[in-house]
Amino acid sequence: MEIVMSILAGILFTTGIYNLLQKQMLRIIIGTALISHGAHLFILTMGELKRGKPPVLSDDIVNYSDPLPQALILTSIVISFGVTSLLLVLAYRASKENGTDNMEKLRGNEND
Amino acid sequence: MISNLAVLPIVIPLIAGVIAILINRKLTIVRRFAQILTAVNTIVVGYILFYVSQNGAVILEAGDWMAPFGIVLVADLLSVVLVFTTNIIALACVFYAPKSLSDQQEEFYFYTFYFLLISGVSGAFITGDLFNLFVFFEVLLMASYGLIVLGGDKVQLRESIKYVLINLFSSMLFVTTVAFLYSVVGTVNMAQIAQRVGEVEQTGVLTAIGILLFFVFGTKAALFPLYYWLPKPYIAPNPVVSALFGALLTKVGIYSLLRVFSIIFVHKSDVTHELFIWIAALTLIFGAIGAMSTQNIKLIVAYNIIPAVGFMLLGIGVYNSTGYAGTVYYLLSDMIIKAALFLLVGAIAYLAGTSDLRKIRGLIHHYPFLGWIFFIAALVLSGIPPFSGFIGKLLLLQGAIEADKIIVALIGLACSLLILLSVMRIFVRGFWGEKDESIIPDKKAARGFALPVVFLLFFSILLGVGAEWFYPSIASIGDYLMNPETYIQSVLKE
Repeated sequence: MEIVMSILAGILFTTGIYNLLQKQMLRIIIGTALISHGAHLFILTMGELKRGKPPVLSDDIVNYSDPLPQALILTSIVISFGVTSLLLVLAYRASKENGTDNMEKLRGNEND
Repeated sequence: MISNLAVLPIVIPLIAGVIAILINRKLTIVRRFAQILTAVNTIVVGYILFYVSQNGAVILEAGDWMAPFGIVLVADLLSVVLVFTTNIIALACVFYAPKSLSDQQEEFYFYTFYFLLISGVSGAFITGDLFNLFVFFEVLLMASYGLIVLGGDKVQLRESIKYVLINLFSSMLFVTTVAFLYSVVGTVNMAQIAQRVGEVEQTGVLTAIGILLFFVFGTKAALFPLYYWLPKPYIAPNPVVSALFGALLTKVGIYSLLRVFSIIFVHKSDVTHELFIWIAALTLIFGAIGAMSTQNIKLIVAYNIIPAVGFMLLGIGVYNSTGYAGTVYYLLSDMIIKAALFLLVGAIAYLAGTSDLRKIRGLIHHYPFLGWIFFIAALVLSGIPPFSGFIGKLLLLQGAIEADKIIVALIGLACSLLILLSVMRIFVRGFWGEKDESIIPDKKAARGFALPVVFLLFFSILLGVGAEWFYPSIASIGDYLMNPETYIQSVLKE
């Protein structure tokens, strides 16, 4: 199971990086979202996908899945959610002010 | 009870930032509030520094959970001295801010972002947990995204997109690396990771993780192949924001490298630390060339960050206590002087009306005091003997020679010369020359700009002239970093 998930995370990383290297701003943001999905899936995989019960305490269950990676993912999801929403607004404003969403044209001159 | 001291440098700015949201429209009140709170925080941190230097590290186990299971905050001498320096820079910046920001920018939650940035930086310095370090990185980065785009003109929007993207990518890489490390050692507490890595003597996969972590922190700290994002976004925002960024953000990356590679990944130092030395040499060369390449005074100072982090990485790479002491000394000195220089070039660009060096001349006739403090700041930066840059560089080069890295030491010396040349160019071209009659001197503004800088330069000179007083404690930090067992035992209490 871990191998399948690792390959899936790898595919997410690859497509994310491919999108990150595009010119259009929105595709870059989609790329960052895919990369963060890959990273989160990867944390879950690296915490070992043992087939235990959900980590909710009750008397008759002895085998729990590892709760720490889930807490880490939850934190990381919220953070990347915040950054992505900021990035979307930033891209909206930047493309409006500069009149283009093409990253190739968003180059700066040294003295402006 | 006394261990709660460790959380104060994080909590005070956090609460102050929240209160600043509520009073953002009343400018005079929020300004005064921010200045007083920063001063209070500096005094508190000063007391913690005194306490730690007398009684040893303060370790707080959050929520009374024992060390590897809960989050620990470790306020040892190294982190507290860095938090204290952070607060001194913050104090200078908060007094500079009203003069350089427009009222509208200040109203738009500048002080909230500012306090959150200080809180995040202090947290990153104090935490003893790798995932918590990631969270504090995000706290300070989110605040810095707010600050870099504050004002929202074309250049800022354009550059901040690139800044946010590169930081988001490196953060995701950080999370992935933590996942790797968790799967190998089964913990995210730095002391316990170090213990477990020590037990298995750092196998190949752990070295790979170490290098991955180096890439993450190297991106934050702008090291050789990863510095391309730094110069332009750093000059886009207001000078006071540039000063906070230039003084604090890259140094958090360097501090993380210092911690991780002095505590955790020390067992294969012939692979990792050898790599650092050569990357440091390349960082020095490329940064110094970058600083020489431009006529924009802000960009010259921004490029000067890069050779400075190169010097610090050299100290981490040589892996002896002299090198570590040099890194810490240079780190403290460089944080202060970079903030002072960014504030100074901001003032010069404001008073001259341009940041293009070809259009500025003869400023010394109008602003002699500003000119001479710029001259002193330039000497401190390049490491001329009575000032603090000298002792840091001396220790670093001494460490490099002790480790038989003569070539890198020579590269360091040559780059110091280029650094001196790059900042002296601003002084010679901008301040000397014929009087420019078209400038109407604004003495009042110049005085307002100069005071915070003088405050910073005072500490900078004190750190150089009073090296006799500070050197023993900094040398003890160097020894402490060479012996990670002390850290591990004081956190895990075995």
